[in-house]
Amino acid sequence: MATKVHMEALSPTMEEGQIVSWLKSEGDEVSNGDVLAEIETDKATMELVARGEGVLRKILVEEGGTAPVGDVIAVIGDEDEDISDLVDGDEAPDETDEAEESEEDADDEAEAEPEAEEEPEEEDGEKPEEKETEAEEEPEDEDGKEAEEKEPKEEADAAPEKADAPAAGDEERIKASPLARRLAAEEGLELSALEGSGPGGRIVKRDVEKAVEEGVPGEAEAPEVPAFEPAAEEDYEDVPLSQMRKTIAKRLVESIGPVPHFFLTVDVDMTRMVDARARINARLESEGIKVSYNDIILKATAMALKKHPECNAHWGGDHVRRFNRVHLAVAVAIDDGLITPVIRDAHLKGLAHIAQEVRELAGRARDKKLKPDEYTGATFSVSNLGMFGIEEFTAVINPPEAGILAVGGLEERPVVVDGELDIRTRMKLTMSCDHRVIDGAQGSRFLQTLTSILEEPLMALV
Amino acid sequence: MPKTETQDEKKTDANDGAEKEGGDEGIDRFDREQLHHFMREMLLYRRFEEKAEEAYAIGKIGGFCHLHIGQEAVALGFIGPLQEKDYVITAYRDHTQALAKGLEPGPVMAELFGRDGGVSRGKGGSMHIFGAEQRFMGGHGIVGAQVPLAAGMGWAIKYREEDQVCVCFLGDAAVNQGAFHEAMNMSAVWELPVIYVVENNEYGMGTAIERVSAVSIEERGEGYGVPTHSVNGQDIIETWSFVEDLVKEVRDGAGPQYVEARTYRFKGHSMSDPVSGTYRSKDEVEEKKEKEDPISVLRERLFDAEIMTQDELEALDEEARKVADEAVEFAEDSPFPSEEELYTHVYAELNEHGRLFMDGRDR
Amino acid sequence: MPEITYREALNQALAEEMERDESVFLLGEEVAEYDGAYKVSKGLLERFGPRRVVDTPISELGFAGLGVGAAMTGLRPIVEFMTFNFSILALDQVINSAAKMYYMTGGQIPIPMVFRGPTGAALQLSAQHSQACETWYVHAPGVKLVTPGTPADAKGLLKASIRDDDPVAFMEGELLYNMKGEVPDPDDGDFVIPLGKAEVKREGADVSLITHGKMVNLALQVAGKLEKEDVDVEVLDLRTLRPLDVDAILASVRKTNRAVYLEEGWPYVGIGSQIVTTIQEEAFDYLDAPVLRVTQADVPMPYAKNLEKLAKPDADRVVAACNRVLYRD
Repeated sequence: MATKVHMEALSPTMEEGQIVSWLKSEGDEVSNGDVLAEIETDKATMELVARGEGVLRKILVEEGGTAPVGDVIAVIGDEDEDISDLVDGDEAPDETDEAEESEEDADDEAEAEPEAEEEPEEEDGEKPEEKETEAEEEPEDEDGKEAEEKEPKEEADAAPEKADAPAAGDEERIKASPLARRLAAEEGLELSALEGSGPGGRIVKRDVEKAVEEGVPGEAEAPEVPAFEPAAEEDYEDVPLSQMRKTIAKRLVESIGPVPHFFLTVDVDMTRMVDARARINARLESEGIKVSYNDIILKATAMALKKHPECNAHWGGDHVRRFNRVHLAVAVAIDDGLITPVIRDAHLKGLAHIAQEVRELAGRARDKKLKPDEYTGATFSVSNLGMFGIEEFTAVINPPEAGILAVGGLEERPVVVDGELDIRTRMKLTMSCDHRVIDGAQGSRFLQTLTSILEEPLMALV
Repeated sequence: MPKTETQDEKKTDANDGAEKEGGDEGIDRFDREQLHHFMREMLLYRRFEEKAEEAYAIGKIGGFCHLHIGQEAVALGFIGPLQEKDYVITAYRDHTQALAKGLEPGPVMAELFGRDGGVSRGKGGSMHIFGAEQRFMGGHGIVGAQVPLAAGMGWAIKYREEDQVCVCFLGDAAVNQGAFHEAMNMSAVWELPVIYVVENNEYGMGTAIERVSAVSIEERGEGYGVPTHSVNGQDIIETWSFVEDLVKEVRDGAGPQYVEARTYRFKGHSMSDPVSGTYRSKDEVEEKKEKEDPISVLRERLFDAEIMTQDELEALDEEARKVADEAVEFAEDSPFPSEEELYTHVYAELNEHGRLFMDGRDR
Repeated sequence: MPEITYREALNQALAEEMERDESVFLLGEEVAEYDGAYKVSKGLLERFGPRRVVDTPISELGFAGLGVGAAMTGLRPIVEFMTFNFSILALDQVINSAAKMYYMTGGQIPIPMVFRGPTGAALQLSAQHSQACETWYVHAPGVKLVTPGTPADAKGLLKASIRDDDPVAFMEGELLYNMKGEVPDPDDGDFVIPLGKAEVKREGADVSLITHGKMVNLALQVAGKLEKEDVDVEVLDLRTLRPLDVDAILASVRKTNRAVYLEEGWPYVGIGSQIVTTIQEEAFDYLDAPVLRVTQADVPMPYAKNLEKLAKPDADRVVAACNRVLYRD
C-alpha cells in the first residue's frame, strides 16, 4: 500500500519547509523510520523520517524546493504498485486546460499549488465560522437591549455632546448620572440649564426632579442628524471577497508584507510598432505633436485594461473594486522624487490626445503645480525607465491600486523568428500585481492582450 | 497476595529468544486464536498511533499528543483480561487503552482531530478520550489526578456491592504526587477493588525516575500495605497471564493491588518533545526498540512456537493498517463541531432560574 | 412554622435526601463518629450506617477526588470540607475534574455531587482559617455555587443542590450554624428552593443593598438602622451565585436607581466585581450613582481582635456606602 510522504511540521511554528537534500533517491528501498530528507524549517535543519515501507517511488518536490506543511512531497510504495492516483494532481499543474481552474496554475507552481489544496480545508474549518460569529455578534448585542432603553439614551447622549458641550477639556463636560441624563431628555430639559448637586457638580435624579417641579425652562432640540446619503453610483463594481480571495489575501500579506506583490514579465516584439510610430509621427508633424513609445504603451495599456477589468482594480480591504473606466497614472521623475499624474479615461482618448496630455501634466508636475486631483484616483500605473537604459525592472505598487507596469527600454536584439535568426526591436514589460486582487493567470491574460496590441498595431482596431 | 516472584525468568524469556528451546511454557496457557488476537490488537495500536503521529505532523491534530508506541503490551495486557463492566481510567497517554477497552478506532481518531464524531464530540481531544458506555473513564490531564478518581470508582463498586474491578494506569512520575499517596492510603483503608498500574517507562517526560525518587517504584505500594507486583510490560503473554489471575482475585475481594509494569516509551514524551537528546541517548532508544519492542517479542515467541507464520503476520499487519487508515478517513469525514456546541455540556442541568453563563454573549 | 437552627436545617436536609435517594452519601473529616466538626451531621451515622456516612483521612485532595470518581459512576456524593479553607488543597479535583468532566466527555459523564462546609471568617481564627472562598469556586464554568444566609434557605437549597446533576459548591457559615429561623415543618411536604432564584429579604425604594450568604444578616441590620433616618433600603439576597438571578438584580436597581454590594470576601475580582459589571452593562441608564462595594479589607485576616474588626465589613461601612450612593454625605 502506497504511503504519501508529507511535508511535516518539524518545528511547532513551521508553516513550510525547504528540502535541503534527499537522502534517498527514487527507486531506493525505504523502511519505516529511515531518514528520507533533510528539511530546513523556520528554525533549523531537521530530519524527515519515512512513515511507510517499500520503495521511494516518486519525489514530488526536488532539492531546494519548498512545500507547505501537509503537502505531499514524495510517495513510497511497492515496486510495481500503481501510484498514479497519488502522483497526479499533486504534481505539475494541468497543462491542457487553463480556462476555468487555472488561475493559480499560471502562477509559480511551488507557491500556487499548496494554496489551491489548502483553501477548501480552511473553508470547512474554523475561519469562515469565526468571521460569521464576529459579524453577527455585534448587532445582536445591541438588539438584546430593549428599544425603550436605547432611544432615550441616544437622545440624552446626543443633546449635551452636540448642542451644549463643545468637545473641549474636562471642565466643559457636563457631569450627570446616566439616570439624570435619561430623565432630562424625557422631560425635554437641557442638562446645561440644570444645577448639579452631586459630587463634583454631578447632575443627579433629584436635580432633574427639582427642575421639573420649579419649572426651569429648557428646550432640548433634537439635533439635526444629516440624512445619510449613499454615494452616487460610480463607474465601478464592488466584488465581495470570496473565501478563497480572503485567504489568498491573508496568506500572501503574511508572506511578503502589506501588499503581496508578484511579477510577470513579457518580452515584446516592438518592430512593427517602431514602424507604426514613425508613420504616425510623420502625419502628426504638421500639428506639432510627437508621440513617444511611452504614449503608445499608455494607450495600449488602457485598451488592454478595458478588456481586463480584473487588473484595473483596487484592493478595498473587504472587497475588490473593479473599475470600468481606466485612469492611468504615469510615473514622472521630479527633482526630489516622483509624482504620478493621472490620465483620466485613458481608454477613451486617442493617442495624440494622450501624448499632449502627458506632456502638459509632466511639465506641470516638474514645476510642482499639479492639483491633488490630478495625481490621485488612478486605477493603474505605468512607470518607464527605458530612457535611462534600463532593460527591465520591477516597480512597486501604489496602493490601493493593484497593478503597475514597469517598462524597459527598446533594444535591437538577435532573435529566432520562424527558425531564422533575425534582428528585432524588443522591449521588456514587467507587471507587478497585488496578489490579493490579481492572480497569475489574470495578469498574464492582460499582458497577452497588451502584447498583441504592441506587436501588431492593427490590433488596436480590433 | 504475596509479591510475585516469577517475573525475572520471564523477562529473560522475552529478551532472549535463544533460550527458548524446548518449548515455551507461558504460551501454552493460550490457544492459537487468542495469541493471534494479541498480535492483531497490538498491531492495531501501533498503526493507529503511527497514523496519529503522521496526522499531528501535518497539522491535522493539534495541542498535546502523547503516543503509547512501545507500551502496547501494557494496554492490552491490563485491559484485555477485563470484562465490559469493569472500569479503566488513565492519564493523558490514553489512545491505546481506549481502543483496548472497546472504543471504536474511528471515533477515537475523530476526537484527536477535534471533530464532532469524536468520542467526546471534539471537546476533549487527545488527552481526554472517554467512553462511558464502555466504562473507559478517561483521559486525565493532570499528573496523578486520576488516581483518587479511580479510588472513587472502586468506592462506588463496593458501595453498590458489585464485583467489578477498576484498573487505573499512572505513569512512573505520578507516584510523586500527593494525590497518589492519599488515594493509595484510602484504597487500602477501605479495601477498594482497584488495580493501580504504574507504567514505568523510566522517564517522567525528560527526567529519569531514579533522579527524582528517593525509593523505588515498587516500595511506594508497600508503604501502604498494598500488595505489590512487578511485571515485564513488554511481554504480552506474561502480562496478560499475570493480570488475568490478579483480576480474578480482586473480583473475589482481594482489595487494592499495586503493579509496576516495566516498559519503555519509543517516542518523545509528547509529539512536541524529542525522542532522545539530553535526557536519554539515541543508542538507548535504539537498543530498546531492537530488544524490547512488545510486537517483536510476541512475534519471536509465536514464530518459535510455530503458532504464526510470516504470511499470517503480514496479513494481520495489513488489516491493522487498513483499520488505522479507515479511522483517519472516519475522522476526516466527520464535521467540526457546530458553533452551538460551544455552550453545550458545560452544565448537565440548566436551571429554570438565573444565569449560568456570565460572558454576556447570546447563545 | 417551627423555629430551628441553621445547623438543624442542614441536618434535616441531609437526612431527608439520604432517605429519599440511596445513591446519596456523606463523606468527610469527622462527619461520622464525631458527629461532624460543627455537628451538622449529628446522628446520621447512627441512622444510615458507616457505608453512607464516612469518616475520611485528612486528605482533602484525595477524598474530594474519590467523591468525583464515585460521581462519575452515577452516585451522588456529598463531600464535607471541615471548612472551605481546607478545600484549597482539593481545588485541582474541583476545578480540573468536577467542573470540566461533563464538557470534556462531550456530555457523557455528569458529576452530580455537592461540596459543602463553612466559608468566611468566624472569630479570631486568623489568616488561614478565615477566608471567603466563593470567588475560587464561582470562577470556573461547570460549578454551581450556593450560599444560604438563613435556616430556611439552608434547608431548601441544600436539598436542591443534592438533587442537581452538576457539581455544586454549597457554602455555609460558621457563625450561622446557631442562628435560628422559621423553616417549614418536614411533615408539611418536601421543602426545596430552586437554584438561581434570589430573594428580596426586605422591600425598599431608595437603595438596593445586594448581598449573599452570612452578610444577609448584616444587610438587614443596616436596613433597620437606616429606616430610622427615613431611608428605605431594599435587601436583595442572591442566595445562588451561579446560576445568578440577574433579573432580580436589574429589577431592584431599576426601582431604586442605586446599589451597594456587600460581601465577606476580598474586593479584587470578588463577587461584587461581577455584580457591578452586570449592573453597569444592563442597567446603566437607571443609575443615579456609581455602584459601590463593601468588602473585607484587602489584607489577610489578622488575629488581633481590634484589627480583625477593622478588616471585616461592618454596619458603619455599609451605612456609609448607602449614604454615598444616595448623595446624603
